[in-house]
Amino acid sequence: MEKKLGVYICTGCGIGEALDIEKLEKKVPPKIKVRKTHPIMCSPEGIELIKQDIAEEGVNTAVIAACSRRVLYDVFDFGPETVVQRVNLREGVVWSHKPQEEGEVDEFIQEMAEDYLRMGMAEAEKILPAEPAELEEPIDKRIMVMGGGVTGLSAALEVARAGYEAVVIEKEAQAGGFAARMRKQTPSVHPYEDLQEPVIQEIIREAEAHPKVEIRTGTEVSRIAGAPGLYDVTLKPTGTKNKWDIPAPVEAAEGAEAPAQPPMADEATPENPANILAKDPEAERFGAVILATGWKPYELEAPEKPAEPAEAAEGEEAKKEGEEGEEVKEALSLEHLGYGKLANVVTNVALEEMAAQGKILRPSDGKPATSVAFVQCPGQGSDEDFPYAAAITSMVALKQAKYVREDGGADAKAYIFYQHMRTLGQNEYFYKSAQQDEGIFLTKGDIVGVSENGNGSLVLEAKDTLLGENIKVSVDMVVLGTGMVPTTKDDPVLNLAYRQGPGFRDLDLFEGYCDSNFICFPYETRRTGIYTAGCVRRAMSIQECREDAMGAALKAIQCIESANRGVSVHPRSGDMTFPDFFFQRCTQCKRCTEECPFGALDDDEKGTPLPNPTRCRRCGTCMGACPERIIGFSDYNIDSIGSAVKAMDVPEEDEKPRVLILACENDAYPALDMAAMHGLTYSPFVRVIPVRCLGSVNVVWIKDALSKGVDGALLIGCKFGDDYQCHFIKGSELCDIRMDKIGEALLSLALEKERVQQVQIAIDEYDKIPGIISEFMATIEEVGPNPFKGF
Amino acid sequence: MTEEQRAEQKKGSILVVGGGISGLTATLEAAEVGYEVFLVEQNPYLGGRVAQLKHYFPKLCPPTCGLEINFRRIKDNPRISFYTMAEVQNISGGPGNYNVTVKINPRYVNEKCTCCGECEKVCMTKLPDEFNFDMGTTKGAYLPHEMAFPMRYVISPKILGTDDAKRAVEACKYDAIDLNMQPRTVNLNVGAIIWATGWKPYDASKIDNLGFEYPNVITNMMMERLASLNGPTGGKILRPSDNKKISKIGFVQCAGSRDENHLPYCSYICCMASLKQATYVREQYPEAQIYVFYIDIRAPGQRYEKFYKKIKEDENIFLIKGKVAEVQEDPSTKDITVVAENAVSGEKVQETVDMAVLATGMVPNTADTKLPGDVKCDPDGFVVSDLAAGGMYATGCAVKPLDVTSSNQHATGMALKAIQTLVSS
Repeated sequence: MEKKLGVYICTGCGIGEALDIEKLEKKVPPKIKVRKTHPIMCSPEGIELIKQDIAEEGVNTAVIAACSRRVLYDVFDFGPETVVQRVNLREGVVWSHKPQEEGEVDEFIQEMAEDYLRMGMAEAEKILPAEPAELEEPIDKRIMVMGGGVTGLSAALEVARAGYEAVVIEKEAQAGGFAARMRKQTPSVHPYEDLQEPVIQEIIREAEAHPKVEIRTGTEVSRIAGAPGLYDVTLKPTGTKNKWDIPAPVEAAEGAEAPAQPPMADEATPENPANILAKDPEAERFGAVILATGWKPYELEAPEKPAEPAEAAEGEEAKKEGEEGEEVKEALSLEHLGYGKLANVVTNVALEEMAAQGKILRPSDGKPATSVAFVQCPGQGSDEDFPYAAAITSMVALKQAKYVREDGGADAKAYIFYQHMRTLGQNEYFYKSAQQDEGIFLTKGDIVGVSENGNGSLVLEAKDTLLGENIKVSVDMVVLGTGMVPTTKDDPVLNLAYRQGPGFRDLDLFEGYCDSNFICFPYETRRTGIYTAGCVRRAMSIQECREDAMGAALKAIQCIESANRGVSVHPRSGDMTFPDFFFQRCTQCKRCTEECPFGALDDDEKGTPLPNPTRCRRCGTCMGACPERIIGFSDYNIDSIGSAVKAMDVPEEDEKPRVLILACENDAYPALDMAAMHGLTYSPFVRVIPVRCLGSVNVVWIKDALSKGVDGALLIGCKFGDDYQCHFIKGSELCDIRMDKIGEALLSLALEKERVQQVQIAIDEYDKIPGIISEFMATIEEVGPNPFKGF
Repeated sequence: MTEEQRAEQKKGSILVVGGGISGLTATLEAAEVGYEVFLVEQNPYLGGRVAQLKHYFPKLCPPTCGLEINFRRIKDNPRISFYTMAEVQNISGGPGNYNVTVKINPRYVNEKCTCCGECEKVCMTKLPDEFNFDMGTTKGAYLPHEMAFPMRYVISPKILGTDDAKRAVEACKYDAIDLNMQPRTVNLNVGAIIWATGWKPYDASKIDNLGFEYPNVITNMMMERLASLNGPTGGKILRPSDNKKISKIGFVQCAGSRDENHLPYCSYICCMASLKQATYVREQYPEAQIYVFYIDIRAPGQRYEKFYKKIKEDENIFLIKGKVAEVQEDPSTKDITVVAENAVSGEKVQETVDMAVLATGMVPNTADTKLPGDVKCDPDGFVVSDLAAGGMYATGCAVKPLDVTSSNQHATGMALKAIQTLVSS
């Protein structure tokens, strides 16, 4: 497409007063014939000017020098065919800079505006309208749901009710999960007081009856290969091994009879790094995956077994799979609770299963339990509940206390010892209903110990209770409120045939749950097309699981439809571009494959990246990572930003330093706008270029800037670390690592390391902008002018 | 294309009522599947309650970060139409085919507004600032806040007919102020409706014993504004009576919540909110003593538990299990004394603090405002959706007290339910 630029300068909102517009207009090169200046470019008359030029002059790229691209986006939208490049004269120049003499056109501010115009025109020359990514094969809209418990079955039904097909994969012989092993469930409707009959059987019936739901029990996922819309899934009977298994099956023991198989090119073995590329011809195609594999009970460690060193305790195989550097789990001090020693001390899971099958009986002698104590917190001075308890165990204890009252007659007694009753929201009503029951005794208390009283009865002693004294109760049973450990805690579960590994990454941030780090975007995972629901994400009640299943179902459908339209999903939803790779120049360094926060790239045996367009989120991390600069988007590429950088005017005078600022468009750039709106000012010697994410910043931009005499480069991006705010998860952190490396390269050029710095900022910290910039300018002043100036 | 034209040409679409975080999520998630969505918001901006918060717990990240992304998703999505200063007046029809009348109140500022701010400069009258819970004032021409979306000024009807209004019109070079703007109505035909009408803080003045009448007793939502950079004090936590710095502060949990006389339910977020606000205080006052009076600390889930654990490490944060019986003021110093009974020791605890924050709970907006159409509420005013009947679904804090992430989770699910109605009808 031949570019035809039109340049439109607005003089409203203070721009005309602060700048010499005639001088600015002269910076538009003569070859650009279409150029207009208007006092209010966003007015209907101004817009009409641009529209006319598009229609009559063939302008296909409008460079609009006015306000920030964050505002009036709808006004300056001329359809997908017309590229719009906004040059931010208002927030970026005149609102954020005060002339040295009021009312005068300031030389430095004028230069800034001129530079921005030049840079905007240069960038616009390199931008092409986006086109939807085209897939080689048609996508499949079926959704695979892993896990046939209440969450998985609910998700499948929700998917089906929206008109899509769902296949539930359940490893057990029967669907239903733990929900099918419960006597009752906690209330989900007003007045939130009474136990409800389990809904699971009804859900199973509905799922089995729905023509768009298929349930496959006794089945496991061997591998998930491919990408959203194009997943190829190998399924297998539970407990069997399969050559497609990911991670690959452990080799047969030495000497074992193994038929000599001819080495297959597509065979998946650990030795063959291409194994993830192997295509199972029998695999089934799916469009998206909902992971609802739920939880397993927290296993209390038997107190008589002291924690042994990992080597001795675990076999070779387990050791291999365990994560390097993982802390040896601190054994909970549970000796005082008698678990594992006293038969009548059980977990809430064991009690539930017993209650579902009949009356609650003492394990020691099968006598009906008419008094039961529920322990929510191991105590010993700590007010923490059992690990993985969340708020669920409070509700479970109340529910099970009601079972005791149901089973044991009028004299039955339940005692609940807690530190914090966590009955949130309307669950408070359930708590109240228990408080009103004279047979349920609730108190805060730190458990001193549980001991046997002869004939199987137990004595539980607690201190720091609400009664102000130590309490001893004699009970038939003690129930420990243990928590729900996500199945993803020590198992990748998904078995993805992805270069970056078989499961979700960095789940240790969430203690193994595959939750989202984003409060705003609870379903976002690092594996596009795979959404999690239910207790694999967080400990939840049945009702919460059912609601969570709805959301995951929507996200799975949304991903499939987005893939079908050739557009990205969150956070660049609707983005039609996809990075192009110029493979002829690829050196197989694998950086793009390794750094992609979403694992969008695999690679072949040589290390050449294999893009998966529907996994891609368009963050540009691959573009930033590529040392050969062969990756780019039609509307955002090495050349577009590089051209803007090169278009900067770098005066030789020492009193006019130049600093390039690359600012993340998600947080830092809005903060800069906000600073301008508040009248905060900063140095006129900086030139800000918004970037998609700091992860997309290629060091060549910095090198280009420094080699033309720019004195320093400042990168402003999102906060990283455990509470990262980067919308692409790793972008700002990766950039930080790259900039650390560039520092070494600078030293070899006899340039000071200080010339390149990265700072982290949150979007609301606009008040820090002037300080950040002036501090960097001071640093630059200290290290002195760039010696490459004028070369 | 005008908004009306857009509205008319769409069929089988979804209406979302309420542009807070739940409504935004429902809107975006449905629209990104491919459906047309109309979003109706009564404020002049989108974002709702979360736009008033400084940080989210437990990440301590600014809500505007997520809002910025959500607003960009709206900008980029041609399937979304939104109306601010709008309310649903009437609904007829049933699932798959609702006729909805939306009234759009005059903003007195049209789309020519460039946000240059000249109108605000010339307005003299100071009006109570609702966004900041009347701490501080605004002008008659104002931008609700600097991250407001849409980024457009508003003229308060209170200045109509005054010199301020005249001056504002004269100051606007862009012909953007139209004082003759009239309310107008838009008729929409939609297949499903999502109620995301949200919540408001419980009226603290109804809690007689907690002393909200004293200037140095504020609510938790007021604390958010005090601590916010764009709040009335520029983000400085100062006590309201004399703008003095804080050396001792008290948080009163369950102010109204878990109380038969006020809100019988637990409001879900207040424990975490107070722990979070303790970090606001700590950031500004490294030495300040922070007292939190609670019944139970409700930190549900691993991530919240971790946050609570971190707070406990602070030696100058005192967590006292005991319900506050009374909050008093010393009329001479304006200091506040919080009186509680320590639930464990049984002792009467009395702490005199510079200011106290009442952790007031959530009241669904539907508790005292009846929604048009056939919408059922429980006795607390939370909306009860009839999932089997379909058509209309409530989400977020209109359904139950929730934190932000659970609201978004719920809203994503309700977007699917709405789509199911469209598919089946």
